Amino acid sequence: MGITFRKETFRDDYTFRNSPEHIRRFPFPFNEDSYMYAVNIEPHVVGPKGSVLENLIDVDEHYVAEMQDRALVLAEDPLRCQSLPHMTLAGWDLLELLMEQQALGYPEHFTLERSGDRWRWINGPLGIDDTFTFGDTSTLPYGPMEYITRQSQGDFCILDQRDGNLWMDAGMVTTQADWSLDFDIGMNFFEWHAPVPLAHEKGIFTRALKFLTNIQQGKPARRLNWTMTINPRLDTSPENYHKWGPDRATVTPENVGQKVHLRVELQSFWRLPRSNAIVFPIRCYLIKMDELVTQPKWARRLHRVIRDLPEELAAYKGLTRYRPTLVEWLSGLDDGSPTSPGFGPD
Amino acid sequence: MSTGTTKLDVVVSDVVPVNDLVTRFHFRRRDGELLPTFSGGAHVVVEMRDGDRTRLNPYSLMGSPLDTREYTISVRRDDAGRGGSLFMHRQVKPGLEMVISYPVNLFSLDLRAKKHLMLAGGIGITPFMAQTSQLAGVGGNFELHYTCRTASLGTYADVLQQRYGNRVRLYHDDREERIDLERLLSSQPLGTHLYVCGPAGMINWVRDRAASLGWPPETVHFEHFAAPQPGAPFDVTLAVSGKTIRVGEQQSLLEAIEAAGVDPPYLCRGGVCGQCETNVISSDGKFIHNDHWLSEEDHRSGCKIMPCVSRFEGKSLVLER
Repeated sequence: MGITFRKETFRDDYTFRNSPEHIRRFPFPFNEDSYMYAVNIEPHVVGPKGSVLENLIDVDEHYVAEMQDRALVLAEDPLRCQSLPHMTLAGWDLLELLMEQQALGYPEHFTLERSGDRWRWINGPLGIDDTFTFGDTSTLPYGPMEYITRQSQGDFCILDQRDGNLWMDAGMVTTQADWSLDFDIGMNFFEWHAPVPLAHEKGIFTRALKFLTNIQQGKPARRLNWTMTINPRLDTSPENYHKWGPDRATVTPENVGQKVHLRVELQSFWRLPRSNAIVFPIRCYLIKMDELVTQPKWARRLHRVIRDLPEELAAYKGLTRYRPTLVEWLSGLDDGSPTSPGFGPD
Repeated sequence: MSTGTTKLDVVVSDVVPVNDLVTRFHFRRRDGELLPTFSGGAHVVVEMRDGDRTRLNPYSLMGSPLDTREYTISVRRDDAGRGGSLFMHRQVKPGLEMVISYPVNLFSLDLRAKKHLMLAGGIGITPFMAQTSQLAGVGGNFELHYTCRTASLGTYADVLQQRYGNRVRLYHDDREERIDLERLLSSQPLGTHLYVCGPAGMINWVRDRAASLGWPPETVHFEHFAAPQPGAPFDVTLAVSGKTIRVGEQQSLLEAIEAAGVDPPYLCRGGVCGQCETNVISSDGKFIHNDHWLSEEDHRSGCKIMPCVSRFEGKSLVLER
């Protein structure tokens, strides 16, 4: 049957919406009524049918619109996609991974044919049919990482592994929660995490690095992260802060339901076979409050989480300005009754 | 969660004697599919079922990473060892079904290097077989210096010279040929990375000399899997699982823990990767640390042990397992 891809925008008139089926499959990130950092990493294995984990690389109804938005961002700012010279091999690894996974999960939309090094890639939704030589960059219109990540939802960071550390040496980053690849390129794991509050004291990064450097081929892992965004804007980058930062002052009790979005990142971690690098896809899911509260359990739980969030975390996530308005609005949907265990809606 | 690797069901497709000490083994997937791609320097852990005993030994993959129809490893017979290499040489024949791990790379090329300078000693040549194949495929700049006892024990020296000509230099102990390390390390272009794999003495020699000549530590890469050494049997209490076990003379502590039904995570089983690091709750006796993972301070403290390669002599040892 296949996916019906929506025509929608993530800027200007903001026509982004989730269909009712996509609301129910939203990866709600809270499994209890409060939130604190944890090393919440688990094996990235296939999950229930109808969830965002049905395939290890998820393609959804926003695919075409997200790829169009990415092309707009890149046209304005090519530095959102960078790959240091030693990372080309890892780019080929990523191209193979994403083509294989998309073709495996969505054969009605994507086809990969291989004959030795001669590969043919057919991307139905974007109208692409290219034949190229695997490993020969001159046979593609872009470098391998840029080529495939212009056709894959989510941001991608490729981390080189050396000296017991991970280095942000390549990436495609256009749907980020206020961080910049151009700023972080070449940094190591501790350098790029330096701004995160509280987690250092808990020793979380030391443990997380130890875990990540031991990720094995064929055994990817994942975690969820979250923040909030005003308007369904994918590109909330520091470079464009002037375009979206002021939106946070526009939240009123009347427009909370339409303007405020929960932004969830499904982050996964994969060992790449040829380069021994790690790829870190960061897939962003957006849902507006009006859509989220159609699930009463989520409305009650989100109210409690946002109300009780430690101030440092609220500030780091940029919620300070509109938190009281949001909590007040959500409180009207929380009758105080208990929430059922687990992430999913009732 | 466990960070072990996924397993691969394989069949031995060929066994090829290379010289008096070394035999090569070829593996294919039992289901006929391709094996996973790997990177030069990767190893697999081979499970050897020998009667009621299971040995798990790491071996470097030595084929070309570009060819995943089969994996190849080379095993040097160690007559004084704990029996893994003898099992491979005597019991493993074409057609035997075996289980190996997914590839793991703890000796990866640094792809930023302008030049890769490789130093191999003896059977330490195997990871360089794969790395040179990988680099040659993309026109990479490398140079290999290979020390062996005699020409007839120079495993794959002929193949390497045929493939790469004067990019390979051989040194034979019996002809008293020795690498002029000082000169070699002093004459490299900027951006060179150094890789060494061989006996512990060689690795230490190269690392020390490189350090004294001012090579930054992050440009010096080495791989030395310590084989677990046999030793006097000893008793251990596993506090978490409430078991008391005896570690046999030819058994490693990790193998004894596994035989008792407790499964610590592992990747290399050679004291390198750090996965099986175990806390010591109490001890009365002497540790015999053989790993490259724990710091000297950790070794002195007696609070940690790497059960894959290290042993204990004394009255009592209680571990957090």
